[in-house]
Amino acid sequence: MAVEKRVPALCNYAMFCAGCGHGVLLRLICECLEELGQEKNTIAAIGVGCSCHLKSGINVDLVQCPHGRAGAVATGIRRAEPDKCVFTYQGDGDAYNIGIAETLNAAYRNENLCVFVVNNNNFGMTGGQMSWTTMEGQKTATSPAGRDIALTGAPIKVPEMIAHSFRPAYVARGAVTTPAEINRLKGYIKNAFQAQLNHEGYSMVEVLSTCPTNWGMEPLAAHQHLMEHVVPYYQLGEFKKRGE
Amino acid sequence: MSKATADQERCKGCGLCIAYCKKNALEMSSHINSRGYKSIRVLPDNCIGCGICYTVCPDGVFTIAAE
Repeated sequence: MAVEKRVPALCNYAMFCAGCGHGVLLRLICECLEELGQEKNTIAAIGVGCSCHLKSGINVDLVQCPHGRAGAVATGIRRAEPDKCVFTYQGDGDAYNIGIAETLNAAYRNENLCVFVVNNNNFGMTGGQMSWTTMEGQKTATSPAGRDIALTGAPIKVPEMIAHSFRPAYVARGAVTTPAEINRLKGYIKNAFQAQLNHEGYSMVEVLSTCPTNWGMEPLAAHQHLMEHVVPYYQLGEFKKRGE
Repeated sequence: MSKATADQERCKGCGLCIAYCKKNALEMSSHINSRGYKSIRVLPDNCIGCGICYTVCPDGVFTIAAE
């Protein structure tokens, strides 16, 4: 049987850096929305940072939220438009460092939303500063000697926190690396949207992504670094399955 | 049989598709697209249309379709 794959019409050219994982996640979200028939019924709340590039990258209605507040803005959208498909698209700096209160409160209330967080271990857009997810010893613009976790805390695991502390519908972590991991990630994203469409409640998918520009690596070397040094700490998989 | 085709205008020349293609069916061309990036070229004789390039491409360069 002939394989046929085309980039969804929802998915425009986006201004991410060459080799950045954001572009793959954007395409997977578009594919899932198209397969679920939600391409004309979706509103996205986007964070500040590289996620701002969704403004040109996706053909759905968008709200550009204040830094970190996408969880609160999406809650408002959900309550005003109960029949829409609503998701947030944020980076780790936006959803965790800046907006942990909004992120956790939305999860605590079990709002019927999908939250997609790109975890690339730094604040990408502003030049690669240290974030809560920066790995131990990782050099960034603001940790030039490598992150000292005795001084700054250990890399945070928000999906585990939400899955084990609250009663969300679905929580998973995937990675944009090998084709196999990308295919698994698509399954997680689709589960998150299906949970929302079935009114099951809050779902979060954290996506480990490379940031070749700020990591100072070639795109393929960044993939290998992610698999060897980041995935062992940030385990992949589903932390809260639907219906559990 | 399906084959990959590349929209060179979307390509940023990251080379991930070349690294993951098992059939040596992709190469970097010397063509510079309108955004200033080197872009990828498909070698159709080697391509089996598996779609790996479509999956790993961050920029939606590839279409996999029957010839």
